[in-house]
Amino acid sequence: MSTRPELLAPPEIFYDDSEARKYTSSSRIVEIQARLSERALELLALPEDDVPRFLLDIGCGSGLSGETISENGHHWIGLDISASMLNVAVEREVEGDLLLGDMGQGLGLRAGVIDGAISISAVQWLCNADKSSHEPRLRLKAFFGSLYRCLSRGARAVFQVYPESIAQRELILGQALKAGFGGGLVVDYPHSTKKRKEFLVLTCGSVPTSINDGHKDSDDDDDDSEDEENGMVCVSDRNRPRKKQRTNKKGKGREWVLRKKEQSRRKGNDVPADSKYTARKRKSRF
Amino acid sequence: MRLITHNMLSCNIKGVTNGFPLKIEAEKVIEKEVDFNPDFLRHMFAKIEWKALAEAARSMGYAELPDDSPDAAVIESADETFLRKLHHALLELHLEEGALVCPETGRKFPVNKGIPNMLLHEDEV
Repeated sequence: MSTRPELLAPPEIFYDDSEARKYTSSSRIVEIQARLSERALELLALPEDDVPRFLLDIGCGSGLSGETISENGHHWIGLDISASMLNVAVEREVEGDLLLGDMGQGLGLRAGVIDGAISISAVQWLCNADKSSHEPRLRLKAFFGSLYRCLSRGARAVFQVYPESIAQRELILGQALKAGFGGGLVVDYPHSTKKRKEFLVLTCGSVPTSINDGHKDSDDDDDDSEDEENGMVCVSDRNRPRKKQRTNKKGKGREWVLRKKEQSRRKGNDVPADSKYTARKRKSRF
Repeated sequence: MRLITHNMLSCNIKGVTNGFPLKIEAEKVIEKEVDFNPDFLRHMFAKIEWKALAEAARSMGYAELPDDSPDAAVIESADETFLRKLHHALLELHLEEGALVCPETGRKFPVNKGIPNMLLHEDEV
């Protein structure tokens, strides 16, 4: 992908009628979207009791990802900002309900009603300020805050994102964590730049269990993985103080001097012998 | 838009504290048949605001639902007549054309081709 659509125009303008049709008639995109949504649903880890759930598809576009949800037997609401994309979705007779809305304005949904949320290649759009009134940080905050409210306890939200840079990824993750979500990043195909896919897996209101199966059998590096899951990266302070010298008013003391002399002796240096005068304090009148 | 979605939607305008339920001004209502799944209805029942649903169904021209929320026992029982009604109201009635009205500010959200336009103006965010 040489050009990123996010950089060309705001989503409601970029996905106009012709682009929306192009998007949905490209078999390659359809296939990729289906695969991504399949994987997102898998990461959503809904209980396997054959009861349909009520899911939210954020940035549903023409309903490609919603189709996967329907195939798995769940009901869904789709939200998108592009009216043209939604029109295509209506023509394709998707099963979910569609809403025309801006996720950066917050989701107008009641608290605790949604069993899970997925979003395929949409959240990175929030990082752009397309209007003078847009402030990416605030829009992400409104989005994640309202999402947290409308999810039921223990529900998950899975976002497939294409962050442009590390700073963008940190911005998204940081805002999600501030909103109260737990969770972190799952990367598929990390070795390949083209196939590499990032999924932000967020849990709402409960202690996160293992995010992916790989974590289950690794007890030793629990601390590290927890840090990764919380999106916290240890960064050493840039201007950390010089090696702290353990000095107090009394000076370093006789013990310290003796130890240093012993050290120096072991190195083979010529060191005066220890005596009762060693490290003796001078009188104050000196 | 189905009533299940209407039951979840609230007005998102800044400063509005009681944006639920949105009033329905129906111009065109259509019905689409959906597979009946009692498990899903039982699962959703706890999350539904009954009063809002009954009122919404009435404004769409379906008056079969009782005003008061039925007991959980009715939901769990094997008798499907009630569940059928709930199923019809929740999943089969579609608001095709019309508007949703915020109960506090009176702001209208138009519904076209079954898609409510929930976009806010800049001064409402």
